[in-house]
Amino acid sequence: MYVAVKGGEKAIDNAHAWLAEERRGDTSVAELSVAQIREQLALAVNRVMAEGSLYDPDLAALAIKQSRGDLIEAIFLIRAYRTTLPRFGGSESVDTEKMACDRRVSATFKDAPGGQVLGPTFDYTHRLLDFKLAADGEAPQVQTADTPTGETPHIMSFLDRENLIQDEPAGPETPDDLTRAPLELPASRALRLQSLTRGDEGFILGMAYSTQRGYARNHAFVAELRIGAVPVEMDIPELGFAVDIGEVTLTECETVNQFQGSKTEPPQFTRGYGLVFGMTERKAISMALVDRALRWKELGEDNVGAPAQDEEFVLYHADNIQATGFLEHIKLPHYVDFQSELELIRKLRREAQAMQEAAE
Amino acid sequence: MSDYNFAYLDEQTKRMIRRAILKGLAIPGYQVPFASREMPMPYGWGTGGVQVSAAVLTPEDTFKVIDQGADDTTNAVSIRRFFEKTADVAVTEATGEASVIQTRHRIPEQDLREDQILVYQVPIPEPLRFLEPSEVETRKMHALEEYGLMHVKLYEDISQHGAIATSYAYPVKVEGRYVMDPSPIPKFDNPKLNMAGIQLFGAGREQRIYAVPPYTDVVSLDFEDYPFEASKADHACDLCGSTDSYLDELIVDDAGGRMFMCSDTDYCCSRRKAGHIGAQGVPYAEDAA
Amino acid sequence: MQAAILEGGFGDAPIDAARAFRQIMTATAQPGTINKVAGAQPPKPLSIAAGVVLLTMCDPETPVFLTPAFDTDDVRAWITFHTSAPITTAKNAAFAVGAWDDLPLHDFSIGTSEFPDRSATLIVETAHLSTTGATLCGPGIKDMATLSLPDVAAFQNNALLFPLGLDFIFTCQSELAALPRTTKVS
Repeated sequence: MYVAVKGGEKAIDNAHAWLAEERRGDTSVAELSVAQIREQLALAVNRVMAEGSLYDPDLAALAIKQSRGDLIEAIFLIRAYRTTLPRFGGSESVDTEKMACDRRVSATFKDAPGGQVLGPTFDYTHRLLDFKLAADGEAPQVQTADTPTGETPHIMSFLDRENLIQDEPAGPETPDDLTRAPLELPASRALRLQSLTRGDEGFILGMAYSTQRGYARNHAFVAELRIGAVPVEMDIPELGFAVDIGEVTLTECETVNQFQGSKTEPPQFTRGYGLVFGMTERKAISMALVDRALRWKELGEDNVGAPAQDEEFVLYHADNIQATGFLEHIKLPHYVDFQSELELIRKLRREAQAMQEAAE
Repeated sequence: MSDYNFAYLDEQTKRMIRRAILKGLAIPGYQVPFASREMPMPYGWGTGGVQVSAAVLTPEDTFKVIDQGADDTTNAVSIRRFFEKTADVAVTEATGEASVIQTRHRIPEQDLREDQILVYQVPIPEPLRFLEPSEVETRKMHALEEYGLMHVKLYEDISQHGAIATSYAYPVKVEGRYVMDPSPIPKFDNPKLNMAGIQLFGAGREQRIYAVPPYTDVVSLDFEDYPFEASKADHACDLCGSTDSYLDELIVDDAGGRMFMCSDTDYCCSRRKAGHIGAQGVPYAEDAA
Repeated sequence: MQAAILEGGFGDAPIDAARAFRQIMTATAQPGTINKVAGAQPPKPLSIAAGVVLLTMCDPETPVFLTPAFDTDDVRAWITFHTSAPITTAKNAAFAVGAWDDLPLHDFSIGTSEFPDRSATLIVETAHLSTTGATLCGPGIKDMATLSLPDVAAFQNNALLFPLGLDFIFTCQSELAALPRTTKVS
C-alpha cells in the first residue's frame, strides 16, 4: 500500500525558517548592521550595485546581509527590486571629465596633466594576512590633501589632438535600453556596453583574459583608469534646465589598442571602453578589453573565431542572474522527462537485444 | 507584498507582455521577442510563465499551478503562493475548476475547455537551438521555413537507433508553418496540444512568448515510415488503476522494487474519489499527510 | 474640453486593464466571438470598445494612427493624456483607429519575415457587429464561425501574406471581435 507523498507547502515554510536562522548565525556574536556592510565591505557593495544595475549602497548592503554574503544572490535581490521601480526619466550623460578623481593612473604616459594619483589601491600592498586586523580593526589617521578642483582631462584627448586615435561616431540621442527591449542581434555598441557593465565580473574577466592570451589579442594599454564621483544631472522640463540630482562613484577605463589599419581604416590607435558603478577597476579594465574585442567588425578586422569576438556568445552568457537561474533550475524535479527517457532507453535496448538475438 | 501592483508587474510591463501575447496568438508557433523582466524568482524557474500569468490573470480567475503534473511540488507551491499574494486570486488543485493553469512539463490529463488558459513555463523556446546555437541563424531558418536540419537530425536518430530518440520537448509544426518547441512535456502529451483551450508559452530568460490558439493544427514531426508515437510506461497506475494516463515511476525499496502512479495528481485523486483503486492503492480518504 | 480629456480613463487601471485584456485576448484566440468590454468613456467618435483597447494596449512604446474622422483634438488629447502614445502616420503605427473605408490598408506595416510580429493592429470602428456574415475558419475556430465583416477580399489577401500581415479588432459600442491574419474568410 502506498499513500502519495504530500507536504510541499510545509517543506517550504520550514526551509525558510531554517534559512533565517542560519543567516543570523551564532546569536552570541553581534549582528552585522547594514551600515557596517556598506562602510566596511564597500567593494562587495560596489559589485552588487554594478551587476544589480542600481546605484544604492544601502540597498546593496541590505541585499548582502539578506543573502548571507552570496553576492550573486544579492545582485538578484537588487535586480528583482529594481524592476518594480517606476521610471521618471533619464539623466543627462555623465561627464567623466568632471570626475573628482580618487584614483587616476595612466600606463601609457609617465606623467600627464592632472598627474598620476594612486588612490586607495591594493596594487602595491604585499598580500600578507594582517593578523592585527583580527584583534583591532582601527585605521590609522591619514593625512588628507586638498581635493583637486576643476576638470581632469582624459589622456585619450591628447592622442586625439594628433589624430592618432580613432574617432568615435556619436551615438543616438537616446541609446537602446537593454532593460526595456529584448536583445536583438547584431547589437549596437551601446547595448553591448550595457550588457558588459552589468555582466558577471568573473565571466567578463575570463573573456578579457582570453584576449590577452591570444584569443583575439588586441594589444591593450591602459591609457587611463580613473575612479571618483561624478555629478548626475537631470533635465527637468518644467524648469527648462538640468539640475544636479546627486552623484555616483564610477570607475572608467579607456584602453588604447594597437591597430595596423584595415581595408576601411588607416593605421591608428583604437579604443576599448569600460565604465562601471563604484570602485570596480578589475571589472572596468576587463570590460574595456572585451568591448575592444567585440568591435572587430566595425574596424574591419578578421574574425579569428575567438570567444571574445563572438557577440552572441558574450552577450547571451554574461548575465549571472540569467546564468545562475538556468543552471540551478536543473535541481528542480525533472522526473516526468526523465521517465520518458527511461522508457525510450528501455525500448531501444529491447530492440537492440532482439536484433542481436535474431542475428545469432 | 501588498505594496506591489496587482499581479506584481507594473502596467507598462504588462502591456508589453499583452501585446506580445496577441501577436503570438495571431502568428501561432512564432516566438515573439519580449523584454522579459527580472522577477522575484530565478530565471529558469518559471519566470516566463509567471510573467504571462501576471499579464492574463484577473481577480475573478481561479488559478492552478502544476509542476511535473503535481500541484504539491515545491516550485508549483511557490508560484501559486506568489499569485495568491500579489493577485489575490482563488486557487485550486482541480483542473476542471481552474480558469488559468500554469504548468511545467505536463499537460493535464483532463481535456481543457474553451474558457481555460494553459500557461507553459519554457526553458529553451527555440526548437532548433541544439542543432544551431546561434540565434541569428535560427531566426533566419524560421523566416525561410528552412527546417531541413531538424529532419536530418530526426532521421539520423532513426538510422542510428531505429527510432526517433527524442522523448520530451518533441518538436511540432504549428498550422503548417512554424516548427515549435512544446516545452519539455513528455511526447505522450503532444497529441493534447490540439485542444479547445488557449495555450500560451513564456520563456523569461530567453525573452520569448509564443502561443497556440484553440483548435490549431499541431503536428508532431515524423516520417511516413516512422510515424510519431505517444508513449508511456506500459503499466496501469498503482493507485487509481488508470491505463491511459502518464505515469511516474517510483523506487519504493532498497531492492529496487518500483511502482507506477499518475503524474497528474488531480487526475489520480479524482479517479480514486470516484472509486477506482489500483493494485497498490487504498480506497480514497482525505490523505492524512 | 479639458475636463472631458482628463476623464474617461480606467477607474482602477490594473484591474480594468486585466479584465479588458482577457476579453481582447479571448476575441483574438477565438475569431468570430463577440466580447463585451467596459471601463473607458472616450470622447466621440471613439466607441467605448475602441477606447478600452487603446487604454489596455497602448503606451509610449506604441505609435497610434488615427484616420481623419478620428483625428480630432479631443481624441488626440485623450489618447495622449491617458496612454502617452505618440500619434503617428499609418506607416509607423503599431495600432490604428478608423472606419474600414478610411483605413489606408497598404500603408501599414505587415512585419518582416524575421519579425512578423512587427505589424500593425487595426482597430476598425463599425456601426454593426454580429455573428452573421462571412464564414471564418482557421486557428481558434472549431469548425467554422461567422462574423459581420466589412469586406471579404481584403481579408483573404491579408491571410495570403501569412506569416506576415495585419491583425484586426472590430469595435462597436462596448463590444469587440478580432480577426487575426490566420483566419481564412469566405
